[in-house]
Amino acid sequence: MNIQVTVNGKAHEKEVEPRLLLVHFLRDDLGLTGTKIGCDTSQCGACVVKMDGKTVKSCTCLAVQADGSEITTSDGVAQDGELDPVQEAFWEKHGLQCGYCTAGMIITAMELIEKNPDPSEDQVRQGLKGNICRCTGYQNIVRAILAAAEAKRS
Amino acid sequence: MTTRIFGSGIRRREDPRLITGDATYTDDVQLPGMVHAAILRSPHAHAKIISIDITEASGAPGVVAVYTGADTDGVLNPIPCAWLPPDCDIKAVDHPAIAKDVVRYQGDAVAVVVAEDRYQAEDALELINVEYEVLPSVVNPEAAMQPGAPQIHEDAPNNQAFHWVAAGGDTDAAFADADVIVKDTILQQRLIPNAMEPRSAVANWTRSMGELTLWSTSQNPHIVRFLGSLVTGIPEHKIRVIATEVGGGFGSKIPMYADEMIASFCSMQLNRPVKWTATRSEGFLATIHGRDHVEHVELAATREGKITGIRSVVYAGMGAYLSTAGPGVPTILHGLIYSGPYDIGATRADIYGVFSNTTPVDAYRGAGRPEATFLIERLIDLLAVELGTDPVELRRKNLIPKFEDGHDVASGITYDSGDYEPLLNMVLGHVDYQALRQEQARMRERGAYMGIGVTCYAEICGLGPSQVAGAVGFGGGLWESAIVRFHPTGKVNVYIGTAPHGQGEETTFAQIIADELGVDVDDVGVIHGDTSNTPMGWGTYGSRTTAVGGAALALAARKVKEKARLLAAHLLEAAEADVEYDDGKFFVKGSPDQSKTIQEIATMANVAWNMPEGMEPGLEASAFYDPPNFVYPFGTHLAVVEVDIDNGNIVIKRYVAGDDCGPQINPMIVEGQIHGGVVQGWGQALWEGVVYDDNGQLLTGSMTDYALPRAHMFPDMEILSTVTPSPHNPLGVKGIGETGAIASTVTVYNAVIDALRPLGVTHLDMPLTPEKVWKAIRQGQGS
Repeated sequence: MNIQVTVNGKAHEKEVEPRLLLVHFLRDDLGLTGTKIGCDTSQCGACVVKMDGKTVKSCTCLAVQADGSEITTSDGVAQDGELDPVQEAFWEKHGLQCGYCTAGMIITAMELIEKNPDPSEDQVRQGLKGNICRCTGYQNIVRAILAAAEAKRS
Repeated sequence: MTTRIFGSGIRRREDPRLITGDATYTDDVQLPGMVHAAILRSPHAHAKIISIDITEASGAPGVVAVYTGADTDGVLNPIPCAWLPPDCDIKAVDHPAIAKDVVRYQGDAVAVVVAEDRYQAEDALELINVEYEVLPSVVNPEAAMQPGAPQIHEDAPNNQAFHWVAAGGDTDAAFADADVIVKDTILQQRLIPNAMEPRSAVANWTRSMGELTLWSTSQNPHIVRFLGSLVTGIPEHKIRVIATEVGGGFGSKIPMYADEMIASFCSMQLNRPVKWTATRSEGFLATIHGRDHVEHVELAATREGKITGIRSVVYAGMGAYLSTAGPGVPTILHGLIYSGPYDIGATRADIYGVFSNTTPVDAYRGAGRPEATFLIERLIDLLAVELGTDPVELRRKNLIPKFEDGHDVASGITYDSGDYEPLLNMVLGHVDYQALRQEQARMRERGAYMGIGVTCYAEICGLGPSQVAGAVGFGGGLWESAIVRFHPTGKVNVYIGTAPHGQGEETTFAQIIADELGVDVDDVGVIHGDTSNTPMGWGTYGSRTTAVGGAALALAARKVKEKARLLAAHLLEAAEADVEYDDGKFFVKGSPDQSKTIQEIATMANVAWNMPEGMEPGLEASAFYDPPNFVYPFGTHLAVVEVDIDNGNIVIKRYVAGDDCGPQINPMIVEGQIHGGVVQGWGQALWEGVVYDDNGQLLTGSMTDYALPRAHMFPDMEILSTVTPSPHNPLGVKGIGETGAIASTVTVYNAVIDALRPLGVTHLDMPLTPEKVWKAIRQGQGS
């Protein structure tokens, strides 16, 4: 099937198998490997991308479902080499160790802050329910998101 | 030295590539002509393979090749176990990369399909017809040793893989003379490590050169090359293993797995690059599990609360085959550390390694030491109840007094340094322990159940002296090496044999170098993870990277500095003895104006226009560091929990981790290690656990069924520390990668039992799920 998708501001038109997962389309067909695959049951959130303004787990979405949509992946968050405040905060607060969950965490965090610019710690923790990190115990991820929210407010 | 960056919590230099998606993990690697492998795994825990028909699969769209055990037999050597403790009658059973006649666990490899894309490879798996004759199976390690249990390997009667004993002091006398003996049976349930990056391999065989390049999700690429050479027969110098970006391991990426060798085999057959990446559910079956002990343990004490002996009989599940380091975990890393931080005259560990029809078991964060800490700390809490004393005071009474340079314990090992009581006092003071106990009493009066758990631990890590490695059957050395190289512009690269995969040593090692050589930390690059450009090293595990690898690096830097000093003397036309160093500069004693920076020296050494007689050009050095002893971090952890007796739900109200890992190079990174370890330990106490059914089917076979800690399940923890340097380490440092997981499981467990004791609950098996807790409360109350 033919699909047209705009990813990180760039338009793509591709022939894809109907069963191709969006995450494989992004990684294998477009070479955007910043998005990761951490599980096969839609549990871990490593593959979270933003599609038409909403976060989706790209392992649970077919590429054909993305036809006509606009997608942002972690590869496209930094603009012209400028880190987003969320990325800055993850760096500053040691919100990552192995880095494998980070793409999904950052996209999730950006949406979380967009929806709630001044979240409480508990709201951040609740907002991360769909993302698993095995390295950090989440403490510094929560700190990072709170700091990023504060940076975006000021 | 005037400035020090050692001790500063600077942010990590590896992060920019990780937060932008620029990093290249194994599954991100794409090579021209690359094909994809998928592995067919046994659906049965134990079965004979009667026949395999690959005809249909071979003709499926996109399929390039299908191989079975008949193809790999005799081409790939068996997957080796590399830790065979001596004097324990160990059965190093055959572990074929692809099963040929018998499958021994659900997940055992049976065939491999290689196809043009991953979807086609997985499609074709379903077209392979395997006829099995299902055999009886056994999953529990204690049950596997009972008469009549199904036999898993012909040459391992009663499924006994080994029987290893560590005994020191007179335990028989300690128990015969004891005023009090407390006992418990502890189930250290199986855990699934779940590094977020699934295992993956990209194998690229170059037939014309006879060379294999293998991208591998490994914690120890040099070991993969070493053992991979033995399995494939490719000479070691013609194998390059690349593991520069690895998404966590926690022990699960130590082993030499069959799958990476199968991918290599496929590449060699096809002369094309082959990628294999595990799905998460496949990883649940085919990546090692951790723990899996059934422990019968007891403790002897006097009426005054002096602990006189600990002994155990442990059935330690090994799974269907011996994984690379599997046998070393419940033995060396467990049975030798039964004293913990306490002065105990006699300890004895009787460890039976047992085969079962399950995924092989190997090191998982803490590896043997969480189990040891659990049994000691659990028994002490039981003793406190028996004696009617405060569990903290009981611990205090038995702590080893401060020592700075060696303390022998009953099992025969010598701790390096320890000062346990200050950290205990610091943690107790931080929470106001007495006030907490009073609050607990008040809450009980109104029917609310709060519990307090306090753990003191000492652990063994920083593996270790190579001579000891040899003596305990470890199939390699445990030293580390490093190269420090100044470039002509005065910038530095260091090349290390250890393989960080999330622990941040690119940053901490640069901090070590910045101070040792007086250069800016940003002028140091740290190269690791590729066997083609790093010196030999035994890898990152056992909290050894900084203690051993960091020490090697410091020693190499000191050699470089000494050469620079001699060259400076030559250039300053001063006597060597008169040239001194401070903060990146060499100067003539008494004339600080006459000086050269180390960068200037580096330039001169590299251009070599004016070298002293006999001095080689260049400014670099390598060092090999073999530690004289392990290191022994220690600490006190405290948990406060509340149990809702109406639904069995447990809430962690407060958690304090007090740890002493010696001088901290980067406190921010140290804290991060503690956070992660503690939460993994909570996972074992409260949520995680492998469930097999009686037929060896993994019921917790995906992230949907296996509960991992998530952010909303607990609050922030609080971190405290003291600094007790290791006397034998060139940097004084100990390890911090595993302490969290070592201490936190039993701390939370003891807190929960402490909460429930008034309700008649004295024992529960982990994980402490609400259902289990609720049922136990009902039983405790006799309803």
